[in-house]
Amino acid sequence: MTAGYPTIDSLDDQLCLLESKGIDFVEVGIPFSDPLADGPTIQEASKIGIENGMNLTLLFEQLKRRKSKIPIILMGYFNPVLNFGIDAFLNACGEIDITSVILPDLSIEIYNRNYRARFEAKGIFPSFLVTTSTSQERIKKAVDICTNSFIYLVSSNSTTGGENNFSADQCDRLREITTLCGDTPVFIGFGIKNNDDVQKVHSISDGAIIGSSYLKAIENREERHYLDELLGVK
Amino acid sequence: MLLKTESYTKPDDLGFYGEFGGAFIPELLRPNVEELDQVFMKCLSDEQFQKEYIQILKDYVGRPTPLYHSEKLSEKYGGTIYLKREDLNHTGAHKINNAIGQILLAKKMGRTKIIAETGAGQHGVATATTCALMNMECIVFMGEIDIARQTPNVKRMQFLGATVIPATSGSKTLKDATNEAIRFWINNPDSYYLIGSVVGPHPYPEMVAYFQSVISQEMREQLQQKTGSQLPTKVIACVGGGSNAAGAFYHYYREPEVKLIAVEASGLGLDSGKSAATSILGSPGVLHGSMTLLMQDESGQVTEPYSISAGLDYPGIGPLHAYSINEGRTQSVSVTDQQALAAAKALTRSDGIIPALESAHALAALEKITIESNDVIVVNLSGRGDKDMEHYL
Ligand SMILES: Cc1ncc(COP(=O)(O)O)c(C=O)c1O
Repeated sequence: MTAGYPTIDSLDDQLCLLESKGIDFVEVGIPFSDPLADGPTIQEASKIGIENGMNLTLLFEQLKRRKSKIPIILMGYFNPVLNFGIDAFLNACGEIDITSVILPDLSIEIYNRNYRARFEAKGIFPSFLVTTSTSQERIKKAVDICTNSFIYLVSSNSTTGGENNFSADQCDRLREITTLCGDTPVFIGFGIKNNDDVQKVHSISDGAIIGSSYLKAIENREERHYLDELLGVK
Repeated sequence: MLLKTESYTKPDDLGFYGEFGGAFIPELLRPNVEELDQVFMKCLSDEQFQKEYIQILKDYVGRPTPLYHSEKLSEKYGGTIYLKREDLNHTGAHKINNAIGQILLAKKMGRTKIIAETGAGQHGVATATTCALMNMECIVFMGEIDIARQTPNVKRMQFLGATVIPATSGSKTLKDATNEAIRFWINNPDSYYLIGSVVGPHPYPEMVAYFQSVISQEMREQLQQKTGSQLPTKVIACVGGGSNAAGAFYHYYREPEVKLIAVEASGLGLDSGKSAATSILGSPGVLHGSMTLLMQDESGQVTEPYSISAGLDYPGIGPLHAYSINEGRTQSVSVTDQQALAAAKALTRSDGIIPALESAHALAALEKITIESNDVIVVNLSGRGDKDMEHYL
């Protein structure tokens, strides 16, 4: 979900709801003005989050005060993090027990050369995106970084919120990659919408990441209903 | 010393010019960008490729473009002032130099669907033109506001057979058109993204600068003939993303006696909140795949730039310019809307040349720098002003 969406202080209630429904962890997105890899739904949520006044300073405050105990992963484009200050960001994550972050536009190569030492010194581990087009060699590099977090396996080559049918071929390919990742947990995301998708993804990997569909449910104020359906609660 | 000057034209292995540049891209784009890098590297030493590129520039684009000595400007400002006439290229701006180079790369890669972003529409027109020439499909993303203020170019693109898709997010200008182009590229990995300036992830900045470097290569030869020296004392060029400037500066980076002056648009004024003077108002940040100087607010959101000129209305600058300005090699100057409009009118009346609004910013810089009588100055006249008549009259 995107911080600051739908309202500036909806985060904790949202977290509590997700916790009560049995979701295992929440990826909280830091809104950015130019979300390159995102489709219309997350773009819109980011825009509203920014208009509502969300920023990293406020987000860390909200997370520090949160009632919910659900584990959190921060997701954000690199610029707001850079602007906040890498060390300040890592310290702030440490203070609220966040150990995994997703920085989708930070590449493995640049991370390794310019940032890795500082992240690992603070015990913060990014999880890198891997796609069905990623080479074996790069998957190994990603696994080397992500052993203490997880691999974010992108189901389809598209911006977020796209269509996905999880065909047999595609599932085979996703399974191959999951196997390559060995003991490092693999979560699959992009285009996961319903209980069917979740079941398929669970049969392949360690977890499913749901973004755009859930934001749409929030927009339509039917997140409880959506979660029940997603989790197969009748 | 050598290494340092080389680093303006040759970034390190991850694509960094000092702290700026790199490829900050989601993994989804990695295969595309890697393939492009490999093909570009090969073309650098591919004689056949070079030959074809140079031949098209000569026979189709009309290069070399003249280096015109303006007696009127020289008289007005002192020194000897030349205009590098990129406005005389086919399609009316320097943008075609890069479009030809990249379309040849696309051809080598077997791609037939070309996408591009455009601000003033000059890059869109250049891309649509090369696509018509090479029989390729062309999709151009253009901010809604830019579509309204550069109508003639929209019509040209459409007549050339391109599909123009309005970018309706954010400031609805060049930045957002670029976002849309990149998203389309993610969703259509079989397309070729023909970026229009020295921005974007590595290898784009290096590649676009390389394809524009023909500008300063010609300048050296032409100055030699006209003045007996290949070196001017100053080169002036406007900077939106910075491709015409990169081309005009390229072969002078390693000549410390040549002053390089990058002109940015300050819109309604530096303190007005309506400006695009990135190197003055920006701080290090990441946009569109590279680390550069970036106009952003205190929480790292990219701020919406403003300039009357659609081609300069961009919140970042090419990473090599960010590096070169920070190192003090390039000096940046800023020019307001009003100053650019006045300079456009002055050149039109004194020399019968109607410059593009973007190029008018470079001309206006002549008012802002100190000029000695022994100065030899080249102003890169990046494009012609037909598209801007609504602003001029
Ligand atoms: C005539 C002209 N000059 C300059 C520019 C700015 O681009 P760059 O800074 O990449 O040269 C444009 C962009 O549209 C243009 O059309």
